[in-house]
Amino acid sequence: MSDAIVQHAPSLPQPSASALRSSRPAWSRWRRHWQFHLSVAVLAIVIFAASFAPWLSAYDPNGIDLGSALQAPSLQHWFGTDQLGRDVLSRTMSGARLSLFIAFCAVFLAGCGGTLIGILSAYFGGWIDSITMRLADIQYALPPVILAMVVIGVIGPNTANVIIVVTIANWARFARVIRAEALSIKHRDYVLLARLAGASPLRVALRHILPNVRNTFLVLLTLDIGLIIILEAALSFLGLGVQPPDPSWGTMISDGRGQLEHAWWTSVMPGIVMMLTVLAANLAGDHLREGTRLIGEAD
Amino acid sequence: MPAFLLRRIGSALVTLLLMSVLIFVMVRMVGDPAHLMMPPEATEADRALFREQLGLNDPVPVQYARFLSTIVRGDFGNSFHFGVPALSIVEDRLGPSLLLTLSALAFAIFTGVPLGIAAAVKKDGFADQFSKIFAALGQAAPPFFFALLFIRLFSVGLGWLPTGGYGSWQHLVLPVIALGWYSAAGLCRLTQANLTAVLQSEYVKMARIKGVPEHVVVLKHALKNAALPVITFAASQFGILIGGAVSIEAVFSWPGFGSLMVESINQLDFTVVQAAVIVSTLLFIVINFTVDLLYALIDPRISHV
Repeated sequence: MSDAIVQHAPSLPQPSASALRSSRPAWSRWRRHWQFHLSVAVLAIVIFAASFAPWLSAYDPNGIDLGSALQAPSLQHWFGTDQLGRDVLSRTMSGARLSLFIAFCAVFLAGCGGTLIGILSAYFGGWIDSITMRLADIQYALPPVILAMVVIGVIGPNTANVIIVVTIANWARFARVIRAEALSIKHRDYVLLARLAGASPLRVALRHILPNVRNTFLVLLTLDIGLIIILEAALSFLGLGVQPPDPSWGTMISDGRGQLEHAWWTSVMPGIVMMLTVLAANLAGDHLREGTRLIGEAD
Repeated sequence: MPAFLLRRIGSALVTLLLMSVLIFVMVRMVGDPAHLMMPPEATEADRALFREQLGLNDPVPVQYARFLSTIVRGDFGNSFHFGVPALSIVEDRLGPSLLLTLSALAFAIFTGVPLGIAAAVKKDGFADQFSKIFAALGQAAPPFFFALLFIRLFSVGLGWLPTGGYGSWQHLVLPVIALGWYSAAGLCRLTQANLTAVLQSEYVKMARIKGVPEHVVVLKHALKNAALPVITFAASQFGILIGGAVSIEAVFSWPGFGSLMVESINQLDFTVVQAAVIVSTLLFIVINFTVDLLYALIDPRISHV
């Protein structure tokens, strides 16, 4: 099924990569990994634009100017304007800020929580393991959107709740994969020696197992960020995420739905930026995964 | 096999039970039903009576037991909004959703798998390049964004297909492609990766040395062994498709299960939400269970682990 079987491969890049690095000229190295480098560049640009949106954008993202509503992309408004005359590029950048902030918070929380649960259930086993893995089953039993919708329905839609919900809907993959890896580490000699030396269980888990699952953690983080951006967009699109007037990519795409016929740019432009961001994150994640041999992770 | 079966049934039941606790707790977190379900002009005495009638003054374990026994009997209460049993509303919407998701699954299998095979057979050929772009795009955007692009291009721009609604096969085309693309991308990548690995194995080399025609080698010897993970993955996509269907149904005004959930959440109609969640959980658990069985039947090694 969807849980991954992790083979013993704690090191992230292929062992031969560093050997190749010194013997190959820079240009052929670039050609070998051009997709990865391009993805990182795209991500860097998007993150930069998102971080400095208030200083970079020429217009106020929420500034209404009905006189210039629904203008097609032009030199003044690169991405056009929406039905209230707001500049779509400024809103896309401001939306990137919110969407990426939510995505980074959620992936970090889900990653840390899932990793901790994975390590503890691998190390202690027994009933802790049973309970956490059954909880993971529940998360897997419901598709993330439905799980997130139900929880949002209960606690109400706003930015903080979206982060909580997306975290709840995404921790289990971390827990399962990290648990599988921690199980394989648990019986290595250095862990046994640390226990013989009298280290407490918590110390073994945190000092000896945790550092060795770091690379898997980072790979899962990059693989998940795209999924999480999409999940946040879906929630906001349905009106269950970020609330207006603050733009996020999902709410912008949703706002533009009514104007598809005569002003397609209002929803297509932020959508394309989101697509490029997710594409870059996925390609970077795939590149890192190749080095770690996470088996059984098809999506 | 029987031991394996029992273990799987046991863990499915535990999952269901935990899920019911979770739903019970969440429904209680929504707020006081005496405030949610009564008109605002009701007096405090009315509310107290209402609480007594619903048994909200009983100890929590008693309330949970009662909750469990009613849902086991299929009684999910009446919809706050429509006044009819919540379960019947959910049942009405299940058909269109299943039609949409199963069609999308079929689309994903019939495009993703052949494309993956073609890509694996000739590395760096046209099909390989095409499948890489197809897969990368499919996984890069949520289904609802593709849905909007398709509506803009094929409905508004070219006028070929309706922009939304339910009824004929024309209404099905755009939602199915928009929804199924993501899964098609995953299937394509998985088929390609597995088949590539199998095609390098010793027994495939042996078959080629024996002079077996290449198409027989690929379709009979190799594909059979590469198919196993593909089958489970295809089945596991069902849950993802139901999730994606929520926004697709909203875009195309499709009268399904997902749009019902969005409407009910917006109307604070929690009995319907609760019924929908329990029905969908049950559906997923049954599907996962069937997939596990199927897997064990196809690959006898599994049940002995």
